[in-house]
Amino acid sequence: MEDVAIIGVGLHPFGRFGPKSAIEMAADAVRAACADGGVTWREVQFAFGGSYTVDNPDAVIGQLGLTGIPFMDVYNGCATAATALQLTADAIRSGKYDIGVAVGMDKHDAGAFTADPVAYSAPAWYGEMGYFLTTKFFGMKINRYMHDHGISHETLGRVAAKAFRNGALNPNAFRRKPVPVEDIVGARMLNYPLTQYMFCAPDEGAAAAVLCRADIARRYTSAPVYLRATTLRTRRYGAHEVHSTWAAVEQDDAPTVYASRAAYEEAGIGPEDVDVVQLQDTDAGAEVIHMAENGFCADGEQEKLLAEGATEIGGRLPVNTDGGLIANGEPVGASGLRQVHELVLQLRGRAGERQVPGTPRVGYSQLYGAPGTAGVSILSV
Amino acid sequence: MTRVAFAPDVFTWPADEPRLIGGRCPTCAAVAFPLPPACPRCGSTGVERHLLPRRGTLHTWTTQDFLPKEPYASGETPETFRPYGVGLVQLADEVRVEARLTESDPQALDFGMEVELAIVPFRTDEDGTEVMTYAFRPVDQEDL
Repeated sequence: MEDVAIIGVGLHPFGRFGPKSAIEMAADAVRAACADGGVTWREVQFAFGGSYTVDNPDAVIGQLGLTGIPFMDVYNGCATAATALQLTADAIRSGKYDIGVAVGMDKHDAGAFTADPVAYSAPAWYGEMGYFLTTKFFGMKINRYMHDHGISHETLGRVAAKAFRNGALNPNAFRRKPVPVEDIVGARMLNYPLTQYMFCAPDEGAAAAVLCRADIARRYTSAPVYLRATTLRTRRYGAHEVHSTWAAVEQDDAPTVYASRAAYEEAGIGPEDVDVVQLQDTDAGAEVIHMAENGFCADGEQEKLLAEGATEIGGRLPVNTDGGLIANGEPVGASGLRQVHELVLQLRGRAGERQVPGTPRVGYSQLYGAPGTAGVSILSV
Repeated sequence: MTRVAFAPDVFTWPADEPRLIGGRCPTCAAVAFPLPPACPRCGSTGVERHLLPRRGTLHTWTTQDFLPKEPYASGETPETFRPYGVGLVQLADEVRVEARLTESDPQALDFGMEVELAIVPFRTDEDGTEVMTYAFRPVDQEDL
């Protein structure tokens, strides 16, 4: 099986961009990724494009050059971009192609996501009765977790405050103004214990990566980053997940735990080897829980780690150095490739004001979303 | 006044002791809610109708403090919206169900609290018909 390198990354800023379409943003991101990787669009042999709001992400080729390549469209909830990345990598690993693009794009309305619950295998009344909200699931999950493991409201506030501080250092972020912990904790409650400033917002943006066979990467770039593992997992019986009317009494681990273990095994790397981390922070509580689900700490240890500043850019376990979802918002199809974009910058030592000190060598990213799907990628120089 | 159930296949009502209508797998005994077309654990079809216990304990909970977008169909506006509690209620050792709670004050909710099924008004239609839904209410509150 061929090893895979990421040779170029590109990003259209996340936020709100008036009439600009998601496809135009995606074209910008692919152009930037190709330029970054020293590759022309004509050299790209195939692509996977992810989106929730765009029916045909492949329409982006109309703005890049109609070269006739196979371009496959994917949607997999909040794990869409991890799916596009994994499929692109697998196509190269299989030996079918040498060089390809993974791109994600979206343009969402403001406010919490909504859709037809029936399309998520939930009954129609689930929406009509006010259950079809991802936010209330996250409220229930972190509320129990705080009770079981001694996590305080202040820790949730610290997670969000860090996100806004890191976002202020990131010119591509949606929210770029620091917010004090007390303002976050005291903000309007949306779903107890989560306040307005503890949630990410659906927004707009695009991100792309150019991948190739590892053995030819240096033809294009002097700074390849290797994709050491890509895993996806769905929920098992016993996991309580988003958009579920019920859960089993007999509990099993969340899909992230399985995706994470499989990724460490595939990469031959453990959590202790990871230098910079990107986690799905749909809300501040999700970042806390995902720290443990991905093996970076024991349950409950987050209280101390956040108080010590361990997850800050200069800490021993930097998490969401670009501001994560809380500061960048979530264009669903692009979000996971934004994580990869940030990791590649960090591993190359080119993250500017938010560069993790020392020489980070291993990066880790995790996505989680409805209806219980997780994706993990591990990168290294 | 006419009262109707918002989804008659989800709970038994009118009844002196209404119950949620779940399903039990004849092959592996897994219980789910509402009655599913196939077993979520083993994939067997032919899951049988199974009435769930009326009382349970609150495994976890949150509050819904903002008006959900459509398809939410309470008829409320941002001005008239009343926040509601949502819980994951464990019914004996059979299953946990997501349900609205009659209580939405965080100070009045607690983990492990005993709760009981109640059929409560959800909205009143223009013709005066009251649409009823299921919720769980703290047992102590009922006894006060």
